[in-house]
Amino acid sequence: MGGVHPPGHKERTAASAVERAPVPERLVVPLSQHLGAPCAPLVGKGDRVERGQMIGDVDAMVSAPVHSPVSGVVTEVGVTLTAGGQRVAAVTIEPDAPQDLGSFVPVEDTGDARARVRAAGIVGMGGATFPSVVKLSPPKGMAIDTVILNGCECEPFLTCDHRLMLEEPEHVVAGARHIRDIVGASRVIIGLEDNKPDAAAALRKVAGSDIEVTELPTMYPQGAEKQLIYALLRKEVPHGKLPAATGALVHNVATAAAIADALEHGRPLMERIVTVTGAVARPGNYRVLFGTLVSDLIEHAGGFVGDVERVIAGGPMTGQALGTLEVPIAKGSSGIVALEKGVAARAISDDQPCIRCGRCPEVCPMGLEPYILATYSGRRMWDAVAARSVIDCIECGACSYVCPTKRPLLQLIRVGKSAAMSKGAK
Amino acid sequence: MSDSRVQQHIVGPSPHITSKATCSGIMLWVVAALAPAAIWAIVNMGLVAVQLLVVTIGVAIGTEAAWNAIARRPQTILDGSALVTGLLLALALPPRTPWWMAAVGAFIAIALGKMVFGGLGHNLFNPALVGRAFVALSWAGVLAGVENRGWFRTLADVSAEGYDTISGATRLAVATADRAASGGYGFDLVAQYEPLLLKNLEGSLGEISAALLILGGAVLIIKGIIDWRIPAGYIGTMGIVSWAFGSDPVFHVLAGGVLLGAFFMATDYVSSPMSKKGRLIYGIGCGLFNALGRFVGPMPESTTFAILFMNGLAPLIDRMTRPRVFGVVKSDE
Ligand code: SF4
Ligand code: SF4
Repeated sequence: MGGVHPPGHKERTAASAVERAPVPERLVVPLSQHLGAPCAPLVGKGDRVERGQMIGDVDAMVSAPVHSPVSGVVTEVGVTLTAGGQRVAAVTIEPDAPQDLGSFVPVEDTGDARARVRAAGIVGMGGATFPSVVKLSPPKGMAIDTVILNGCECEPFLTCDHRLMLEEPEHVVAGARHIRDIVGASRVIIGLEDNKPDAAAALRKVAGSDIEVTELPTMYPQGAEKQLIYALLRKEVPHGKLPAATGALVHNVATAAAIADALEHGRPLMERIVTVTGAVARPGNYRVLFGTLVSDLIEHAGGFVGDVERVIAGGPMTGQALGTLEVPIAKGSSGIVALEKGVAARAISDDQPCIRCGRCPEVCPMGLEPYILATYSGRRMWDAVAARSVIDCIECGACSYVCPTKRPLLQLIRVGKSAAMSKGAK
Repeated sequence: MSDSRVQQHIVGPSPHITSKATCSGIMLWVVAALAPAAIWAIVNMGLVAVQLLVVTIGVAIGTEAAWNAIARRPQTILDGSALVTGLLLALALPPRTPWWMAAVGAFIAIALGKMVFGGLGHNLFNPALVGRAFVALSWAGVLAGVENRGWFRTLADVSAEGYDTISGATRLAVATADRAASGGYGFDLVAQYEPLLLKNLEGSLGEISAALLILGGAVLIIKGIIDWRIPAGYIGTMGIVSWAFGSDPVFHVLAGGVLLGAFFMATDYVSSPMSKKGRLIYGIGCGLFNALGRFVGPMPESTTFAILFMNGLAPLIDRMTRPRVFGVVKSDE
C-alpha cells in the first residue's frame, strides 16, 4: 500500500516531558483557527476578557468558536497572518501580570454533548482543524460502528501526540469513550505506530477491555485517514465517498483528550502541546497558549542553532514553511520544526526529467501514478489528470519525497487537482 | 527579532524534506556495480580493454556535452547517465572492436539513442543497446572476426596459452553450430561453468566473469536500485526455455550477454516498465526472446535485440499494468 520511511528525528524530543511555555507579553489570537467559516469578534478594544471566555463565534454549521487563553485586556481587534499564509481577523490580548492558568470560564452544560463540543471550540488537532462537532454528526443513514483514535503521528520530528498518550493516557481513553457514546459506536480502536511502545503500554494500562490499542508498522503516511482505516479494518474508503462509509470515524488523540476535557470540565480549547524541534537549542514539547507567536516560542526554545533554512509549522511532510515567525500558534499547530541546510529540501524547480524509476507510483498510498499526473498537470492537460483520478491525491508528499531527480511532483499535482476540482470532474 | 534572519528562510511547498536518493547517486551505484567486471577485464586483457572503455565513455560524455552546447540546453553530463551508457557499451562489445567503430557506437548511443528524444527520461530504447545494435548491424562481419578469440575450454588452459594466442569461435557459437548440425554438443557444457563464471576471454568485454556480474547485480538489488523482478524473470525464463529445448540451462544463462543484459541493460529505468507486475512480464519477455533467438533463430547473441524489442513494448506493458486506485473497485472503471 505504498508509503515511505523518512528518518524519524523523533529522538530529540520523544523523551522530553511536556513543559508549559511562558505566557507571552501579548497574544494574537486568530479568529479563524479551523476549516470553515471564520468567527466574528465578540469583544472590542479595551475590553477585559477572562481565560476561557468566548471571544469569537459565527452562526455556521462548519465553524468553531474561539476563546481567550488568558485573562487580560484586549488591545486590538485587527488582522494577523496565519502559519498557513492567510490574513485573518485576530484579537490581540495583553495578559494580566500574575496569570492564573489553573482556572477558566467553563463552557455551559446544556445536556447536549455535541453542542458542548462545539461551544468548546474543538477542532481536529492533527492538523486538519476540521470542526469536531461536524464529524460527530454523521449524515443520516450512515451508521458509525467503530471509533478510531489516530495516534500514529507518522510525520517525522513530531512527538506531541506521543507525549500526550504517554503522560495523559486516561484523558485520551476517556475522550474515546465519549466519542463512542456520542455516535453510538460499539468498537473503539486506538491506532499508533510501533515506534511508540511506551505510549502503547500506557494506553493499554488504562484502556480496559472495551478499548483496543493496536500498534501499526511505522510508515508515512500511516496516519492518513483512509490509510489508517485500511490498516486497522482492512476496509477501503470507496472512491468518492466519505470515510464514514466504512462505518469508521477517525479522530486524533489530542482531539479526543480535548473532547474529554470539554465534556467533563467544560474546558474550552485554549492551548495545545506543540513540538518545537530541529535546529533549536532546547527542543521539547511545550504546552502553548493559542496566540503565542512562533518567534516567542522559538526564543523560549533557546533560539536557532546552525544554518536554519526553513521553519515549518506542522510536520515536514505536510506542514507550511513560514515566511515570517510573527505568526501565532493555533489549534492546528502540532509542531514548529527548524530545518537546517542539507536537511531541508532544495528550493524546487521543474527542470529535472522523470527518469521513470518507478519509485513514485510504488510509494503512492492512493495507488496513483504521480509522475504521469505531474507531467499532465505541467502541460495543463486537465481532462487527462482528472481521468487519472487526481482528486484522490491526499497530498501526502510521499511522491515528491522519494523522487531521485527531485521533481516537484506534489506541487504540480496540486495545480492539476484544483483545476480538475474546479471543473467539477468527479 | 531581526527581520534579516527571517528573510533567509525559504518558503516552499511541502514536503520540506526529500530522500537522499539522487539521479547521479543511482548512476554511480550502477558504475560501481559494473566496476569489478571492468577492472577484471583490464587485468586480464590489458590495454585493449582500457582503450575500448576510454573511447566509449569519452565519446558518450563528449557527445552529450556537445549536443547540449549546440542546442543551448542546460548541461546534463553530471547526471551520470552518459557515463553509464559508455561503460555499458564497452562491456557489450568485443575487446578488439576497432576504436573508431566503438566511437561511432557511443556517438549513436547518445545522439540517436537519447538526445534526439529530448535527453534522459524521454528515450524509448536503452541508449547503449541502440549503439550496440547499430555497430552490430553495420559491421557484422568485422565484429564476428574480432569476436573469434579467447575460448579456452577450462580455466587451466589460461596459463598454458596467453590471451593473445588463443583463437577460435566462442563456445556459444560452437554450441549453436553443434546443435544445428547434430542436435547435441561436441564438448562438455558443465565444464564451461567455471571459466564462464571466473575468467572468460571470449565474446564481449563484460563476459569476462559471470560471477562478478551477478555480484554487481545483487548489490543493485539489495540497494533497492534495480527491481529483482526484471533479472529474475529474464534469467528464469532463459533457463526454463533452454531446459525445454533440451539444453543446459546454467550454461545458457552464463554464456553470452544474458547476465549483462538481465542485470544492467534490461533494468534501465527509462526503457523498462514502471510497475512490479509489468517488470516481471517484461523480464520474462526479454528472456523468452533472447532464448528463442538462440534456439530457434540463427542468432546466439540475441540479447541486444530481445531487450530492444521489449523496450518497444514497455509502454504497452505499462498501460496493461496500471495500479489500482485506492478505493476503486475494478468494475467501477
Ligand atoms: S500523488 Fe498524492 S497521494 Fe500519491 S504520493 Fe503523491 S501526494 Fe501522496
Ligand atoms: S520518482 Fe521521479 S523519476 Fe521516479 S518515476 Fe516518479 S517522477 Fe519519475
